[in-house]
Amino acid sequence: MFRRRSRPQPSDPFVPVTPTVPRAPDPTPVLPRENPEKARMRAERRLKFTASCFLLGFVVVGLKMGAIAASEAREPATGSLSGAAIVSQRADITDREGRVLATNVTATALYAQPHLMVDPIAAAQGLSVIFPDMNAETWQRRFTSGSKFFWLKGNISPEQQQAVHDLGEPGLLFGRREMRLYPNGPLAAHLLGGARYGEQDVRAAEIKGVAGVEKTFDTYLSDPAQEGAPLRLSIDIPVQTAIEQVLSGGMRLMNAKGAAAILMDIHTGEVISLASLPDFDPNDRPRPATEGDPGDSPLFNRAVQGLYELGSTFKIFTAAQSLELGLTNSGTMINTAGPMRQGRFQIRDFDNYGPRLSVADVIRKSSNIGTARMALDIGANRQQEFLRSLGFMEPTELELTEAPGIRPLVPARWPDITTMTVSYGHGLSASPLHLAVGYASVLNGGTRVTPTLLARSQPPAPGPRIVSPRVSAESRHMLRQVVIDGTASMGEVPGYQVGGKTGTADKPKYDGGYWEDRVIATFASVFPANDPKYVLVVTLDEPEINAAGEDRRTAGWTAVPVSSEIVRRVAPLMGLRPDFDPGRDDFGAYLTQAAAR
Amino acid sequence: MRGLLYTLSVFAVVALGFWAYREGYETRATERAVASLERQIGERHQELSMLRAEWAYLNRPDRLHALAEMNFERLGLMPLSPDHFALTEQVGYAPPDVPNPLDDVMADDLLEDMVSEVIIMNHRYGADVAATVIAPPTLADDGEQLP
Repeated sequence: MFRRRSRPQPSDPFVPVTPTVPRAPDPTPVLPRENPEKARMRAERRLKFTASCFLLGFVVVGLKMGAIAASEAREPATGSLSGAAIVSQRADITDREGRVLATNVTATALYAQPHLMVDPIAAAQGLSVIFPDMNAETWQRRFTSGSKFFWLKGNISPEQQQAVHDLGEPGLLFGRREMRLYPNGPLAAHLLGGARYGEQDVRAAEIKGVAGVEKTFDTYLSDPAQEGAPLRLSIDIPVQTAIEQVLSGGMRLMNAKGAAAILMDIHTGEVISLASLPDFDPNDRPRPATEGDPGDSPLFNRAVQGLYELGSTFKIFTAAQSLELGLTNSGTMINTAGPMRQGRFQIRDFDNYGPRLSVADVIRKSSNIGTARMALDIGANRQQEFLRSLGFMEPTELELTEAPGIRPLVPARWPDITTMTVSYGHGLSASPLHLAVGYASVLNGGTRVTPTLLARSQPPAPGPRIVSPRVSAESRHMLRQVVIDGTASMGEVPGYQVGGKTGTADKPKYDGGYWEDRVIATFASVFPANDPKYVLVVTLDEPEINAAGEDRRTAGWTAVPVSSEIVRRVAPLMGLRPDFDPGRDDFGAYLTQAAAR
Repeated sequence: MRGLLYTLSVFAVVALGFWAYREGYETRATERAVASLERQIGERHQELSMLRAEWAYLNRPDRLHALAEMNFERLGLMPLSPDHFALTEQVGYAPPDVPNPLDDVMADDLLEDMVSEVIIMNHRYGADVAATVIAPPTLADDGEQLP
């Protein structure tokens, strides 16, 4: 292509040869001068074209910038796994070992769009056959009323879904959603509370907590930022099961109409188990009763909401304060000659315990007179201060919706007679949970605990000091004597050194005064008493049992056997090793354990 | 020369366009695949949570309690009580192996003939043991042991 062509050689004389000498070039014709007007026009056209190109470019860029500025910023859909990570809109609730207490499962909702229906009347009749609670006439009227949308059922079973499919009605449609499931049924029902649907949509429905933990931690559980991390409670399912089982058996045996039990870690304040009977199934939470006593409803949490006069269980607080103030020691003799008169009131003991008892024996035999005398020495102000420091004047800090509203019923005025009655637990109503907190605070070495339902990863810092470690050890030793040979002798569980105090209080009538034959029997205990680990409070509502030839209502015959069975079942479950060494009950062992801590 | 350059550029433009379109389609296909994978992951998560719920439901304490009672003869499970704790010294370890004097005397099959009538009371475990079916005492229609 680019090779030079070879010049042709003259071979034929008759062929003219191209001359090698170049000819003079033809005179070039002078171009006629271009019309200057035309050239200007052309230049102008070109310039305009270029300018319009630039203009177009700038307009495109400007438009794009405007579009970006005006539109909402959004990440590109690809690449993020957000859709896969957050599956359920509400986090699970687990016990302290991670066993599921509440979770979500997919469910189907049924709704109707009457304008899409082929035969609304047949649809209404078919639905009334599948769902017996749906009235055919009512739904016929609604389907033909001209409305375009009805929710029919929030949650139907696969069988019901198939039956509705079989109706072949295009106006009956299904929506997908999640449903809150409590796989353990009524276990820990009062703690979990329950859930219901909030905002509903065809594609999804919002689940909202109604009561208990579900309501307290509603925002946490439905917070997408948690990425479905479960809420770990301090409850232990096997322990809770055993306690509910024993408690319901004991409740039936003692003919009680209600019962409550709280098991709490004495140092951390973690509630290991909290039971209240009768209970309910949170999967099918009953409606609050509109009539009758709300305290008799299964929804009522006796352990947290029930305010009772807890009776003689309070005596240990009086004794501990007296010891702490140095007014007495455990051997000081107290005058218990009765009956004791104060104004127009009279204080009696269950039995006549003789003219004098030591402080330890006042607790062991549960002498009202002895406690009242100690309380008079302490005085009203110091007694109130002490009870306030134990939390008996305020609602508890437990993370339940019900807890903050439950303020103990404290007498408005505090004359000497109140000081005396409160010293043995009458005239001041508190919940069993308050009692558990009080016992834990006095007996764990003397620092205030805060009750919690959340599993703690590390032990909390000790709270403010209530009593000295020595007084705490002495109190435990006194409580231990109550079980060894006192009012709670049925509470002995070999190997676990249970120490505790019984309390029997007459129930107040609604119109003032007290019932003769209705009591609240309470047993508050600590185990093992020499090295305390757990506090257990058992309360029975109106127990009555015919034992040893007569009807018995006192806590020593009702709450104590139930409590001891609970300890026997539950302590091994929590890995507490029984210790049968009789030397554990020496006071020295109590002191060394307190010092070691 | 110029014509050639033009031709090449046109080809290049066509090729680039083709490439760009192909990349575009590939991206969209990948996006679709990712979306479907995400959907699958979501479904798997949902199945997983469903299975977890079912596991929790089947392991609810009521049911385990009832099952333990139904199978009490075979399992002998009791609620844990304080007397179930023991010291390490109380653990009954297996006695040391005593050499069997018959081993030297008799051949294995001869021994087998002799003891074939004897019911062997202690169970052996291992790969060479014949599989035995342990039938649950009662079965529901769907094969699940009630409750």
